[in-house]
Amino acid sequence: MNAVSSKYSHKDTGWRLFLKTIIARAYPRLIGQQREVSWMLFEVVMPMLAVIAYVFVYRAMNAPEEYIGFVVMGGAMTAFWMNVLWSMSSQLYWEKEQGNLALYIIAPNSMMAILLGMALGGMLATCLRAVAVTLLGIWMFDITFSVVSYLQLFLVFMLAMVALYGMGMMMASAFLLFGREAWHVANLAQEPIFLASGFYFPIKSLPFWVAAGASIIPLTLGMDAMRQLVFPTGFKFGFMTVQLEILILAVLSVVFLVTAKVLLAHIERIAVREGRLTESRR
Amino acid sequence: MQTSTSWRSFRMAAWLGWLIESNWTDPFLFAVYSIVKPISGAAILVIMYGIISQGNYESALFPYIYLGNAFYIYVGAVMTGVSWAVVDDREHYRTLKYMYIAPIHIPIYLLGRGVARFITGSIAVLITLLAGILFLNVRINFAEVDWLLFFTTLIVGVVMLAMLGLLLAGVTLTLARHEGFIGEATAGALYIFSGAVFPLDILPEWMRPIGYFMPTTYWLELLRRSLVGNVAQAFPTLANFSNLQILGMLVGLSIFFGAVSIFIFRWCDFIAREKGLIDRTTNY
Repeated sequence: MNAVSSKYSHKDTGWRLFLKTIIARAYPRLIGQQREVSWMLFEVVMPMLAVIAYVFVYRAMNAPEEYIGFVVMGGAMTAFWMNVLWSMSSQLYWEKEQGNLALYIIAPNSMMAILLGMALGGMLATCLRAVAVTLLGIWMFDITFSVVSYLQLFLVFMLAMVALYGMGMMMASAFLLFGREAWHVANLAQEPIFLASGFYFPIKSLPFWVAAGASIIPLTLGMDAMRQLVFPTGFKFGFMTVQLEILILAVLSVVFLVTAKVLLAHIERIAVREGRLTESRR
Repeated sequence: MQTSTSWRSFRMAAWLGWLIESNWTDPFLFAVYSIVKPISGAAILVIMYGIISQGNYESALFPYIYLGNAFYIYVGAVMTGVSWAVVDDREHYRTLKYMYIAPIHIPIYLLGRGVARFITGSIAVLITLLAGILFLNVRINFAEVDWLLFFTTLIVGVVMLAMLGLLLAGVTLTLARHEGFIGEATAGALYIFSGAVFPLDILPEWMRPIGYFMPTTYWLELLRRSLVGNVAQAFPTLANFSNLQILGMLVGLSIFFGAVSIFIFRWCDFIAREKGLIDRTTNY
């Protein structure tokens, strides 16, 4: 009895609690999602359908082979955007609908740690799907890569992910305030973003200011830099130099993470002051 | 009595569906939402085409892609409009069990729920076509359009898509965690196999028979032919068939898939009732 009570009377605080919260929230994303094998199948098949369609469109136009590679990379990266949109940005809204949000807010852990855990778990789980899409694309369409710099490629990918999931954490608070509109807003942020961020064509093809505006989405510059780094003639299609894109992605990462923290503090204040944040309005 | 029950089920479901689809926001945001999504989807293809063709929009491939993509909006809208009603009512609003005990005809009710998406889909198709004609060099000579063929094809196609939606609704009734994927996966697969944005000849040879078996292939071909006849001659896939022959294939396949849909829906409905799945919520 004493052993049991002493075990559960111990309470972590400070950075230990923060870290444990991150791991606890990442766990269902990383492990729980993998248990539903058929979901994984769907999440690989769905982006592949778009990839296959766009590859055949390019083939019908007799496009150069580089474009097939661009489509496969874009298809793989859609997995991250969809994850950020539906499993980060909309997540707090879903949690409210399910009744978990109130528990998150009254628990002694940090909401920032919960969002970080969601981001970490989602990022790692989505990586598996993105790799699967890429491998399938390589196998089906015989794509060749020629990496210029592995170090820069790693740096670009990691910074793009940090900035992207930072953006997702920021949007999670914003979406919570949308109420019933959250689902529609997430739905709306698909095709327009695929268009503006150049998921299926080089962003350089868009007018300069449109491409510059779209660079607020970290995947825009991330994909542009990665295309320059992994395809033999990719440098011809670059919007900016890889070094400049790395710098901008680093700035975006900081901006999004700080804004996420500020917005979270704001919604927690609303929750305490008005007591209506967790109210479900179907 | 049966007719009035069916009509009442359809009419009320259509009205309910419209309210659900449209009342989540103000009319302005709803209009933006209805316009931006389809235009963006079309713009991706237009930019891809523009890059590769270096701005040559005269080729027959461009109207082929553009019109195919525009009318394909109906496939996703109508099919998922019908099947998504099951998810919406069972998981979200948790009212499907009440619908089942109400004096309505469930398949007709589900078809009615698809009307709202058909209306918003029609707006999207119209806007996409207008944008193509006004800004993107899609040339449609309205004096040469075969309106009879166009409207006949459109009506047969929408009924066929609604019946496919009923089939998906039946399957959805028996599933727990994949309802959301079913409609999207079917629409995504049909996008490839129907020659919506590229001629079927581009597909590997072993995949083409799947496309020939899909009614959507003939539906899209006839819509293109009725609006811009010269596109049909540019691609060999169905060039040897007359409009009447293709219409015959479309009607025949629509009747076949319609019959299969009714059979599968009834069977799934029976399973769902037997296993108590009508009021199952999974929180997925």
